Amino acid sequence: MLGLILFYLVPTIRGIYLSFTEYSILGDPEWIGTRNYERIAKDPLFWNALGVTSEYVVINIVLQTALALGLAILMHRVAKSTLVRGALLMPYLMANVIAALLWFWMLDYQIGIINQIIEWTGLPRVAFFGSEQWAIPTQALINTWRHMGYTALLIFAGLQAIPNSVYEAASIDGSKAMSTFWRITLPLLRPVLVLVLVVTVIGSFQVFDTVAVTTAGGPVNATRVLQFYIYQRAFNEQDFGYGSALAVILFLILAIVAFIQMKFLRGNQSDLD
Amino acid sequence: MTTLASPKNGSRRRPLSRPFNWRRAIALTLLALAVAVSILPFYWVLRTALSSNGSLAANSANLLPADFNLGAFKRVFGLQSAADAIAEGGSGASINFWQYLWNSLLFSGITTACAVFFSSMAAYAFSRLRWKGRDAVFSLFLATMLVPPIFTALPNFLLIKNLGLLNSMLGLVLPYLFMTPFAIFFMRQFFLNMSREVEEAAMLDGAKHWRIFFQIIMPNAAAPIATLALLTFMGQWNEYFWPLLVGTSEESRVLTVGLGVFKSQSPQGAPDWSGLMAATLVSATPVLILFAIFGKRIVNSIGFNGTK
Repeated sequence: MLGLILFYLVPTIRGIYLSFTEYSILGDPEWIGTRNYERIAKDPLFWNALGVTSEYVVINIVLQTALALGLAILMHRVAKSTLVRGALLMPYLMANVIAALLWFWMLDYQIGIINQIIEWTGLPRVAFFGSEQWAIPTQALINTWRHMGYTALLIFAGLQAIPNSVYEAASIDGSKAMSTFWRITLPLLRPVLVLVLVVTVIGSFQVFDTVAVTTAGGPVNATRVLQFYIYQRAFNEQDFGYGSALAVILFLILAIVAFIQMKFLRGNQSDLD
Repeated sequence: MTTLASPKNGSRRRPLSRPFNWRRAIALTLLALAVAVSILPFYWVLRTALSSNGSLAANSANLLPADFNLGAFKRVFGLQSAADAIAEGGSGASINFWQYLWNSLLFSGITTACAVFFSSMAAYAFSRLRWKGRDAVFSLFLATMLVPPIFTALPNFLLIKNLGLLNSMLGLVLPYLFMTPFAIFFMRQFFLNMSREVEEAAMLDGAKHWRIFFQIIMPNAAAPIATLALLTFMGQWNEYFWPLLVGTSEESRVLTVGLGVFKSQSPQGAPDWSGLMAATLVSATPVLILFAIFGKRIVNSIGFNGTK
């Protein structure tokens, strides 16, 4: 109880307070009202970070959810084996840092295996981490690799909760496989899908580890995601007030996104009851 | 081929035999592909770790280790002389791998033990005791799950700094020590489903909350507690952001942070790939061992999040 108040509640309130101050760790925080927020509104680096993060989030969600849904259905239909599930879960158990280093090596421009394969197929090599165009999709791919199996397992658990009688009724009514999927499976999966989406979006907005280990924000600003930008402002430039204000913005974005998703998709109601 | 024999027979058999098998084969292939994509990178790490840096460039697509040797692992564990290490593409500077390993173990072990214990107690209070404002406080707890870690990391960092605990193990573990919202949520679900009868009988015999908690609740919840400990330990082992902020001295640097240092420590320009991959592999080993032993439990615990 005390711990939670000390390390969650108090910091939350203190963080909000700091965001209205100018604080460079050396002196005391100095109250400057909303000036940090005015600065953010005019900060091109912030808008860049927001754009880059959004790109990452969108690629991540689309890829991860689609792949995971497909995998979950495959698992449900053809192989429920724990071995398959365990294999798919392996990447998820690795640290972000390890996943990042592993792919940093495999995607290396000179001697990475992926670029070797690309060359065999007759295509030109890709500077995955070095080009502004590819840097963010590459980060998203690494994250998708790490989380795909985990997300698939969540959806798989949801699939197993759908009673067979629903499918039997549908097939008696002459429903085809595709329309069964769209009209029965997907709607009944909604609570799980909403959970998955909320977790994925909130998680993706906070991407940091892979970026910090591989590209550190570069090339130019191509991967300077929000969390990395906050980190740089607060800890590299000792500008804690501004960093806190940025963190408040990130917090607000997450809260709004979660709220919209819950409301819009009515996540807490299940159609099964 | 046989479907041509008689139209009647063919139309009856079709949904069962050929088209069905086709779809099944495609489905199995896709699944196998997904499994391969998940697992093969680990083989590639092993293969690279067993290669020598000099031969990697020339044999970059060879499936077997290029110039098989254990130099990279020796480098990681500090068993190689500086001259040999530089000759094989390492940095020559020693990385305190054993120290980092020990730090990681300490950091994950302490936080797991404490967090599981205190979270169970809190969960007990939230599920088995009746007190005023209980549900309101619990909602507040759940709300803190939404707060992004970086948001609390800034003020927490300042707090640890003001306490003079930067770069110490105590500063590293302190914020995780008491409990996490997720752990409380997780344990509460199990406690809610436990039957009240034994507990009430014990109360009639005059048992106090402490005894009930330690002698009835905890032993009965051994399985979920083990699962939670497992998940917490793995999460802590993989933690990067907080240790990066607080643990930058040799005495408090954990493996994840150490790997980042290892990566940037190569003076020749080209990274020491085989050394880096060997270090990566060794860092992942504890999690891989846990997974090999408790794999089923871990896999099954995932469904819990989804359905509850």
